[in-house]
Amino acid sequence: MSASLQFDRVSKHFPGVTALDGVDFTAHAGAVHGLLGENGAGKSTLLKILGGQYRPDGGQLLINGVPQHFSSASDAIRAGVAVIHQELQYVDELTVTENILLGRLPTRFGLVDRKRARLLVATRLAEMGVDLDPDARLSQLSIAQRQMVEICKAVMQDAQIIAFDEPTSSLSHRESAVLFEMVKSLRAAGRTLIYISHRLEELYALCDACTIFRDGRKIVTHPVMAQVSRDTLVRDMVGRELLDIYDYRPRAAGVERLQVNQLRGQGQSNEYSFSVRGGEILGFFGLVGAGRSELMRLLYGADRRAGGSVRLDGIELTTRSPADAIEAGIVLCPEDRKEQGILAQASVAENINISCRRHDLVAGLFLRHGREAQRADEFIQRLRIKTPGREQEIRLLSGGNQQKVILARWLAETDLKVLILDEPTRGIDVGAKNEIYKIIHEVAKRGCCVIVVSSELPEVLGIADRIIVMKEGAISGELGREQASEASVLQLALPDATVNNNQEYSDRSFK
Amino acid sequence: MSPSAYKQKWLIEQSMPITYALLFIVLSLTVENFFSTANIVGLMLSVAQIGMVACTMMLCLASRDFDLSVGSTIAFSGVLGAIILEHTQSIGLAVGGGLAAGAAIGAGNGVLIAYLRVNALIATLATMLMVRGLAFIVSGGQAVGIANESFISFGDARIAGLPVPVLMTAACFLVFGVLLNHTVFGRNTLAIGGNPEAARLAGVKVERLRVWIFLLQGLVTALAGLILASRITSGQPNSAQGFELDVISACVLGGVSLHGGKAKIFGVLVGVLIMGTVENVMNLLDVDAFYQYLMRGIILLAAVLLDQLKTRGQRG
Repeated sequence: MSASLQFDRVSKHFPGVTALDGVDFTAHAGAVHGLLGENGAGKSTLLKILGGQYRPDGGQLLINGVPQHFSSASDAIRAGVAVIHQELQYVDELTVTENILLGRLPTRFGLVDRKRARLLVATRLAEMGVDLDPDARLSQLSIAQRQMVEICKAVMQDAQIIAFDEPTSSLSHRESAVLFEMVKSLRAAGRTLIYISHRLEELYALCDACTIFRDGRKIVTHPVMAQVSRDTLVRDMVGRELLDIYDYRPRAAGVERLQVNQLRGQGQSNEYSFSVRGGEILGFFGLVGAGRSELMRLLYGADRRAGGSVRLDGIELTTRSPADAIEAGIVLCPEDRKEQGILAQASVAENINISCRRHDLVAGLFLRHGREAQRADEFIQRLRIKTPGREQEIRLLSGGNQQKVILARWLAETDLKVLILDEPTRGIDVGAKNEIYKIIHEVAKRGCCVIVVSSELPEVLGIADRIIVMKEGAISGELGREQASEASVLQLALPDATVNNNQEYSDRSFK
Repeated sequence: MSPSAYKQKWLIEQSMPITYALLFIVLSLTVENFFSTANIVGLMLSVAQIGMVACTMMLCLASRDFDLSVGSTIAFSGVLGAIILEHTQSIGLAVGGGLAAGAAIGAGNGVLIAYLRVNALIATLATMLMVRGLAFIVSGGQAVGIANESFISFGDARIAGLPVPVLMTAACFLVFGVLLNHTVFGRNTLAIGGNPEAARLAGVKVERLRVWIFLLQGLVTALAGLILASRITSGQPNSAQGFELDVISACVLGGVSLHGGKAKIFGVLVGVLIMGTVENVMNLLDVDAFYQYLMRGIILLAAVLLDQLKTRGQRG
């Protein structure tokens, strides 16, 4: 095998942070090389260097032994490198054909030759076994299909080195399976593949070798993935032993505090009824699109309610806005952290204080800056938020630390009664996950109601006292912690026709 | 971060005030009559209206909105004040009527934009045209003269050597500076400008806040219109044309992001002063008015490019 991609003592510094510190590793042609590490370990920076977005401060990148000096993304493309980012980069209102050939559309007499372009793309899609309409607009496609478009684009650019940054983070199980096939066929075609994921199962299923990062340094490269145990990987990633990341400890269940009765959203026909006890962690599981987030938004007043009632500690609530819900003690950590959770340009302190500051105003109007700073520092310490300081812009923090800041925002509410978490650990590494679970348990122990929405089955099974399963917009069943197993939950979650596909899910060896 | 890196960051952040300070020193030394009490006071008086409205425009831009209707509101409130004064001879009613009209226009803009979800550019473009039309209609297209001595003297009065309009502008900067930095109102304004959905889910009453921002904008603009009417002793339906662009320019010069979420009151002050100083110096040097337009455009562009360079620096 020829060594096709080599990182040679690559370093990258940002003001105040060393993102990469002398990283060395080689990825071979015809193999998938996995990159593992907690958020902030340096994987994304590495990919940005590979993609030509950043220039390394030290060391170099070699392709087939030849040093490369990318000064822009187009340099990288020209050298045969394609990076499939987590945030896909496409033009919504253009067709599949146009997106794939963007910048290189075939022309005839200076005009775009639509026929030839379409044929070119259709042929290649067929060759790759991808079932996509070349004329479909990207806005009509699912996320998985958009990702396929991106991969096809890389292949059509004749990229020999293709890097994937957490490609399955927003895909369903079946969509992931299609992606895996694609990765495998690219490997068989002799391309060099880099694969980043937080899901160890995927790495075991796909990767031939892997390199582990921590705090900007390479910890180790395992040349044969199959010979590494899961425990070794996790230990190397977090730098300590992590036995049970869910850390479940039974709590005494309190009295019923939150009662939701026939709650219905505007323009919706489904009604939802359930209740939560004080000190209870209630899990909500369902496939993507099962209506879990919509229900939570309804409960939180983010979407308009059309009927039904919500009672908290016996008092009827008429929440018309999130502000009303917060006033009543109900808070939500939204699903899409970047777009709905954080105030990206604002500081960590600002993000923590935005809601609870209303309680400590001078003359009902002026902010207490000292009190706010103190509170921010307190939470940074208590939740172990990794940040250079409270004035750091939150967008510069890793996903796990951003999530902790959002949690701090709500833990700062003195009268917190119901904590709703929608996909609390999406895109967050193992170490930070564990810390977030600990915080969740702590909140429940205080006697609050906790609702955790997740599409990661092991997570729901791992932390919830009780699980409500949703399917196609309705609640399809409820299971206590003892009755709940992967099989019993999936039975309730899968559309009826696909129940016998159950095997596919279990095969992905959840832990 | 090393001390030199801090120094560099500080220099980049304060580039506009530093540029202005240097400009001021150079002009003081080179341009005759520039550095005199009379000229500096005159300079400040010339930007009094722009300064006042820039304070609220800053809030508007910071919340990722836009307001083109301020020029028309200045004209309308001035005309309305003059007409009420003519008929009633009551300064209280004239000022009250003008301010109420401004607040109503602002609130109308706010409701259109926040609740009816009309794009801010379009909504305020429409109100800009409508309000300008109203100013012509109520005045019959003619300037409405003001004969009330005490109303006129207001625009000319001085306290401690400074004209009242300048003092009121200073008061606006103080009040809105405090509002921006030391109240929930100001912080939430920046929050909804940065990301309206995240702000809403964090408990900010986004719609209500936006209406308040526009209402304040209308109110302050009407005040500026009344002061202008007092200074020119009439309500002119065609006054303050293009005023909205001057105000927005001053804000942009002052580093307010058009993408929302970023604003500094001190920056806006510097932006306003740069606008006033450049105009003042060109007048002192007797530069043809045609060239003044060219110059103002160039300065605005330069400021925006400088800002681009700054953000590029941040991206590493």
